[in-house]
Amino acid sequence: MSDFDFSVIAANWAFLAEGLRYTLQVTVTAMLGGILIGTLLALMRLSSIVPLQWFAAGYVNVFRSVPLVQVILAFYLIIPLVLQMITGKSTPIGAANSAYFTFTIFEAAYYSEIMRSGIQSIPKGQIAAGYALGFTYGQTMRFVVLPQAFRNMLPVLLTQTIILFQDISLVYAIGATDFFGAADKITQRDLRPVEMYTTVAVVYFVICFTLSRLVKLLQSRIAIIR
Amino acid sequence: MNYHWDWMFFFQETDDGLKYYDWILSGLGWTTFVSLASLAVALILGSALGVMRTTPGRWLVGLGDAYVDLFRNIPLIVQLFMWFFVVPELVPENIGIWMKQDLPYFVTAIVGLGLYTAARIAEQVKAGINSLSRGQRNAGLALGFTEWQTYRYVRLPMAYRIVLPALTSEAMNIFKNSAVTYAVGILELYFQYKQIIEKTSQVLEITIVVTLAYFILAFVMNRILAFVEARTRVPGLIVGQKGGKGS
Amino acid sequence: MIEIKNVSKWYGSFQVLTDCTTQVSKSEVVVVCGPSGSGKSTLIKCVNALEPFQQGSIVVNGIAVEDPKTDLPKLRAKVGMVFQNFELFPHMTITDNLAIAQIKVLGRGREEAVDKGLKLLDRVGLKSQAAKFPGQLSGGQQQRVAIARALAMDPICMLFDEPTSALDPEMINEVLDVMVQLAHEGMTMMCVTHEMGFARKVANRVIFMDRGAIVEDAAKEDFFGQPRSERAQTFLAKILNH
Repeated sequence: MSDFDFSVIAANWAFLAEGLRYTLQVTVTAMLGGILIGTLLALMRLSSIVPLQWFAAGYVNVFRSVPLVQVILAFYLIIPLVLQMITGKSTPIGAANSAYFTFTIFEAAYYSEIMRSGIQSIPKGQIAAGYALGFTYGQTMRFVVLPQAFRNMLPVLLTQTIILFQDISLVYAIGATDFFGAADKITQRDLRPVEMYTTVAVVYFVICFTLSRLVKLLQSRIAIIR
Repeated sequence: MNYHWDWMFFFQETDDGLKYYDWILSGLGWTTFVSLASLAVALILGSALGVMRTTPGRWLVGLGDAYVDLFRNIPLIVQLFMWFFVVPELVPENIGIWMKQDLPYFVTAIVGLGLYTAARIAEQVKAGINSLSRGQRNAGLALGFTEWQTYRYVRLPMAYRIVLPALTSEAMNIFKNSAVTYAVGILELYFQYKQIIEKTSQVLEITIVVTLAYFILAFVMNRILAFVEARTRVPGLIVGQKGGKGS
Repeated sequence: MIEIKNVSKWYGSFQVLTDCTTQVSKSEVVVVCGPSGSGKSTLIKCVNALEPFQQGSIVVNGIAVEDPKTDLPKLRAKVGMVFQNFELFPHMTITDNLAIAQIKVLGRGREEAVDKGLKLLDRVGLKSQAAKFPGQLSGGQQQRVAIARALAMDPICMLFDEPTSALDPEMINEVLDVMVQLAHEGMTMMCVTHEMGFARKVANRVIFMDRGAIVEDAAKEDFFGQPRSERAQTFLAKILNH
């Protein structure tokens, strides 16, 4: 406690900011991609076509029972293998790039469960009303069910995104330089763990705490409109 | 496809004279131990915090809320690094040295994972207690129970039954989250997974085996708690809220 | 216009409709009544194929609804339906509720669709509510919007599935007034309702259902004068004594 030296933060601020930018980029990519794929999975799970139901259920259950760090490492190693199989030549894609893919695929399983319960919460009468107006299945989903499901589930989707934002720190497993990875690399070099890790914890806390308060606010407003 | 499948490598000898499957079994043992111990810490602390947050005492509520906010808004790996590399520097010097030299790694890891999970358990317990009608507490008080006795005999027994499904999913999550403790030197299943990949490059086989192992751990935990749920079910009462997410 | 022939329907082994046969001619108003669980809502939902049925046939405007080759969205676009719980789309304004199906199903331009929707909204007396969301309207107002939404599709006939049973008593009349007006304009209507005052005023025929079967299918005068079946008599006695 005696010599808390924050000059090490100031000196490395740019590197840390670069890491934070990467964290945010992966978060946003995985959120958008994950919600898109997750919604498709939810529709498959709720469809009347049995093989699609099985596929979606299998996808969700596999990814929800495996530790994220394991998926991060496995995808990092397996993607190049698969690419090599397809293209025939070795194509290393790097840790930083593989994370975009991994998180999108992984988070889709979680978003899909959220969208599924959102879709199921829409009263059957709404679907009947859509059909009665002459909408096809696709139109009923697009214009009637999904907008409502999405709106009702928005707070839950955002809460999941805050968890996702924190989980990006696990790219530590493959050595990518996210916010935490950047701090860790500086620590290895400058040996100032107290300042570095404390700063990381505080920044994470401030961002996540603020976002979760905003989600709470949003939740109460949605509750009023409904 | 030029990947060379080799399922027999699990029976090959490693540098330390053991076989690769021994590494997996030992990892499985550590994962189970760290997870269950952390779960115990999390259940005790999380219940206490959850109860605190439903009491009439304003500062008790504030303290419970602050704990949950703090521990839910910092990534698990950062929390573990704080316990290992920052806290020993901030406490009085002799305690710090003891933490670094004599305290076994796994104890620190269990405390770290337990405190992290306690915040999630606290949320569930609080939700369970709040879902009971106010009349239950009043009925207890009217019978002459103290505030504490209404928790002990009336509210907690019902609250736990209500949140059991959510607790089940937290209990399943803790196996997955325990994988993060590899980063602070616990030789659990993921650590062994990583190590075996480095030694053998048989990525696909080991991924399949370890994935199945985590699957089985989660499944066994699920069955045990389903059994508890069936045994504690109150006739004539339908509780079945699905809940609990996280990774 | 609507021909229902020997329709039977089962949920698993439980029979919900038994050999139902009736028809609704052009400009005719037919009221379907009966105790709850008698299958009347199920029957009316079979007409636009919201509910499938296993036996018999229903022909609407020359098109067989049970035929797998039938383009159901196209058929349903021509058959207006009003639901017990209104089923306005809560995430859209009243204007959008009125316009969306015209645009997406009939392919009308947005301007034309909104124009038409607002005209109908005016007709049900709610022009000033166009910019609001369904949640901001009373139940009676929502149901009037739902009727306008169905009318905006230029339907050849209208199906009403207990349109007033989810409403507070003081709101029932504002909805019934709109329905009476529609009947006077010559709209073909099939209405599941317990509102016997409405039936007396505008119905041509009354169908009484019980336990999934059509027990009585008679001209209004005959039905209210002297129902033939005992069950219909009991039902009428109960419902009219209140």
